[in-house]
Amino acid sequence: MRVQIPLIITFIVGIALIVAIFVPHDPFHRMNEEFSVYFDLIAVFAFILGGGNLLKIHGNRISRRSRDWKYSIVTVVGFLTMLIVGAFKIGGPPGLTGDVTAEGSWFKFMYDSVFVSCQATMFSLLAFFVASASYRAFRAKTKEATLLLIAAFIILIGRTPLGHYMTGWLPQQLEFLHIPNLSNWILSIPNMAGQRAIMIGIALGIISTSLKLILGIERSYLGGEGK
Amino acid sequence: MAQTLELWIAALLTFMIFSFLYKDNPFYKFAEHLFVGVSAAYWMVIGIWSTLMPNLVARLWPSSVSGFINMPEDAQPEYHFIIPAIFGILMLTRLVERISWLSRWAMAFVIGFAAGTNFTRYLQSDFVGQIYNSMYPIIVKADGGFALGATISSIVLIVGVICALIYFFFSKEHTGAFGAASRLGIWFLMVTFGAAFGYTVMARISLLTGRIQFLGSWLASIF
Repeated sequence: MRVQIPLIITFIVGIALIVAIFVPHDPFHRMNEEFSVYFDLIAVFAFILGGGNLLKIHGNRISRRSRDWKYSIVTVVGFLTMLIVGAFKIGGPPGLTGDVTAEGSWFKFMYDSVFVSCQATMFSLLAFFVASASYRAFRAKTKEATLLLIAAFIILIGRTPLGHYMTGWLPQQLEFLHIPNLSNWILSIPNMAGQRAIMIGIALGIISTSLKLILGIERSYLGGEGK
Repeated sequence: MAQTLELWIAALLTFMIFSFLYKDNPFYKFAEHLFVGVSAAYWMVIGIWSTLMPNLVARLWPSSVSGFINMPEDAQPEYHFIIPAIFGILMLTRLVERISWLSRWAMAFVIGFAAGTNFTRYLQSDFVGQIYNSMYPIIVKADGGFALGATISSIVLIVGVICALIYFFFSKEHTGAFGAASRLGIWFLMVTFGAAFGYTVMARISLLTGRIQFLGSWLASIF
């Protein structure tokens, strides 16, 4: 029951969706649409599971007075405040009937002031780490590293006004060496060639893994007992 | 008032996160933990109001949500939605160790759905689609004459795709002509990674510029 039933569910759902592509009529067509909604619904339960897990982990940290437990209080308070304000649509003009993300609602206020600012700053912080990674990557030690360096450099320069200033004086016959043109060519030809090969490779990997999952050959998602 | 408060909270959190550039410190940890809690709740709330209420509760029990979700007055319950409800509850059993194995049934549905849709999607759009897009004339003519630039580009593209694919082919030893093609494939891949790296650097720097502009507007609101 712990192994066979999940394998049967995966097989039935997977096969039904593949058949739906080749037989786009009811009941398969309808199953395809309904399964898509089911999937979204289960994804919401996964979010709820994530919230529950967050409370469990940080609750344990607080009760055991583990390292940095005081920050866990911040997580739990932030989580519960946002959850209560959003789930019960507390505060702001729309009330229970309106949109939870409506302008002026408390939920939108918390979203703009905490979520958006923290997310944007966290990602912008990566600019500094990328700068340090650039320092390491931009050392032309091998032929391959030199190619990476040249491509990145041309893309960076070609997408800024600096590229126009540097090679804007080139005559018509040498226009292809103008850095923005070179940048566009790299993006649309050699970069595209590499991307296509990567995409074909990824597609083959996903197709074979999907087939292994549907046929029950790949069982690692069942945990240790599935082997 | 609310706008000023929002600006101040956002500015303080921005400074707290930037303080990590000096070293890990209590201000950064505070902002980091707050972000984790708030973002987990945000996605939960969005999921509840945009998916769970209209697609599950409203379909199983239409009269219960008539006050706050737009529903036709004569909406009838669709009982087959009990299936995702059961799978969803099974997913939550993960929190109770004794019966956590039941969550595999929900995971099995998710895995089956992902495998079924991705199998055909990637076969169509990525595998067949990319091969199809690579099949075009090598010799290019334009305005009745031979177009040298476009022809070179076509050759580079096709040679690049084939050589990069050869690099990913591990069933034959990369020696001789096969090895040379594989090495050429690495060069194309390096150009691809370089382009991706350049784009990533630009995206992050534009985000940083955005935050600095925000701090500028916050300072302007003070003075």
